[in-house]
Amino acid sequence: MSILIGRNTKVMTQGITGKTGAFHTRMCRDYANGQNCFVAGVNPNKAGESFEGIPIYGTVKEAKERTGATVSVIYVPPTFAAAAIDEAVDAELDLVICITEGVPVRDMIRTRERMQGKKTILIGPNCPGIITPDEIKIGIMPGQIHKKGRIGVVSRSGTLTYEAVGQLMERGLGQSTCVGIGGDPVNGLKHIDVMKMFNDDPDTDAVIMVGEIGGDAEETCARWIKAHMKKPVVGFIAGVTAPPGKRMGHAGAIISGGKGTAQEKLAVMEECGIKVTRNPAEMGKLLEAVL
Amino acid sequence: MNVHEYQGKEILRKYGVATPRGIPCFSVAEAEGASRKLGGKAWVVKAQIHAGGRGKGGGVKLARSVEEVREHASRILGMTLVTHQTGPEGRLVKRLLVEEGADIRKELYLGMVVDRATQRVTLMASSEGGMDIEEVAASTPDKIHKVAIDPKTGLTDAQADDVARKIGVPEPSVPEARKFMQGLYRAFDECDASLAEINPLILTGDGKVLALDAKLNFDSNALFRHPDIVAMRDLDEEDPAEVEASKFDLSYISLNGNIGCLVNGAGLAMATMDTIKLYGAEPANFLDVGGGATTEKVTEAFKLMLRNPAVKGILVNIFGGIMRCDTIAEGVIAAAREVKLSVPLVVRMKGTNEDLGKQMLKASGLPIISADNMGDAAQKIVAAIAGK
Repeated sequence: MSILIGRNTKVMTQGITGKTGAFHTRMCRDYANGQNCFVAGVNPNKAGESFEGIPIYGTVKEAKERTGATVSVIYVPPTFAAAAIDEAVDAELDLVICITEGVPVRDMIRTRERMQGKKTILIGPNCPGIITPDEIKIGIMPGQIHKKGRIGVVSRSGTLTYEAVGQLMERGLGQSTCVGIGGDPVNGLKHIDVMKMFNDDPDTDAVIMVGEIGGDAEETCARWIKAHMKKPVVGFIAGVTAPPGKRMGHAGAIISGGKGTAQEKLAVMEECGIKVTRNPAEMGKLLEAVL
Repeated sequence: MNVHEYQGKEILRKYGVATPRGIPCFSVAEAEGASRKLGGKAWVVKAQIHAGGRGKGGGVKLARSVEEVREHASRILGMTLVTHQTGPEGRLVKRLLVEEGADIRKELYLGMVVDRATQRVTLMASSEGGMDIEEVAASTPDKIHKVAIDPKTGLTDAQADDVARKIGVPEPSVPEARKFMQGLYRAFDECDASLAEINPLILTGDGKVLALDAKLNFDSNALFRHPDIVAMRDLDEEDPAEVEASKFDLSYISLNGNIGCLVNGAGLAMATMDTIKLYGAEPANFLDVGGGATTEKVTEAFKLMLRNPAVKGILVNIFGGIMRCDTIAEGVIAAAREVKLSVPLVVRMKGTNEDLGKQMLKASGLPIISADNMGDAAQKIVAAIAGK
């Protein structure tokens, strides 16, 4: 078991013919059971054609009906990303993973509003995606740095997630599922949503939670952990040195109005019984210590 | 992206948000002419820089005659205005706004932000205008009223009226306050703003509701829809290094330390800065080269870091995933040669083709210090600059 995706998940790619979509669809198909998982592409202008043997359909709905795909991954340019999510939501897919970076916040506010009461789960935008090692990878993370195991990883950032995984691997610790939720201010799954899934997953023994400055999603998750989590959680928050008011790369990584500092987040997490480290080089070591 | 107060007010007026009448000026003569054109008996001469706290810093002055307008304008134009937001180096004033004086009866506060918790635009309002709103929020949070706005309906009449009454707008002025707030939301929404702040919002003696100040920030991801707003960008107000970086699609932010950092990914870049601090030094910059770092991009990144005279050493931290470590090594070697690197350089590479990358660095003959992990890398660069 794992969370959200596994070896039998059927995936379609929205934006399969673009440079990024093509490159990463290839990488994902070549990873573990990917050959059987990546079954469709969507592009209204290329319906009926194929991408290296993967059939392309004109709409998400058609791709779902024809192939049974229930998950979509989106690589379309930022201008069209929210509309692509809307289409997947309207087609009632189970899960949509939007990799696209730079989606206007206003578009995401409307898309989130449209999603209310719908069944579809969204990850991202502006995220590396999700991987259940040795089964399936959906997104842009390097597959070969992972291996199957019993540690869950949830993170707002890309390379910092790989760093956490790298440190686990040095200790021989594999992962159940790693979820990059992205750092945008208006997005899909939050730390808390993924944490609940790890709590319920019999194949996850412990979780690394990686956060960043900005917002209060980490604090919300920490309070939930204190009340409900049955498994050990360790954490790190990037941005102790980040000055207020300066956006650090991501649309989300900013300390504004004196809120969302790393110190504040770390303090709340500690209060809630989460073992935190202020040294990002020691995330793996810390996790090993709580097992 | 930020704009000046006068530009923000121009935008807001298009949406029916009332402001005092005013004219932007670039010279003392223009300021004098503006006051004559506006007429009346009192004017406010306001420095236009992208920072708050201008009044306290001496950048906002009331004038009761055209002579006084001239005096204030000649003193403020060209001054280096220091406020709590500019840092000690201050900001050179190149533009003014001359506005008609307003009869201020009451100062209120209005703000709008995208709230992560509700995933909506949120209106914040307070009866405590003209003050530092963060202080109000900390000391008297009950004086801040918040409304999450449904994108389908916008700010409703009932919501706007309720907020107006809560912050002490007298009954006869409530319709005008409603029009103001609804206009502000439409401007925020249609222009893809990420922050709007009207501090203070004023009630005048004759019951008018006006924006005495206006601060607007825009979502940089949505600027492609707003060429008119892009045209308002004032590069003089931005850090030259950050402007230069944006040309090469590098995400760079100047900081006060002496260790330059070059990292792929924003989260890892912040974590690298944190590690440097943990070992007792301070980062000179945040620099994310992104996922597709080419040799050219890495070279430009090196040049950018080294333009800062405070930099005494450089730490490169790359987690090679899709991006291979040998590609990064190639970039680092080329960059170090091109810029004739004269400060210590520590490189930590991890991931795909890690061994090959390390071999290439070693074979280059350049004095590059190799590190195995982030902690090791930070310790090595801190030690290297201490040894100099």
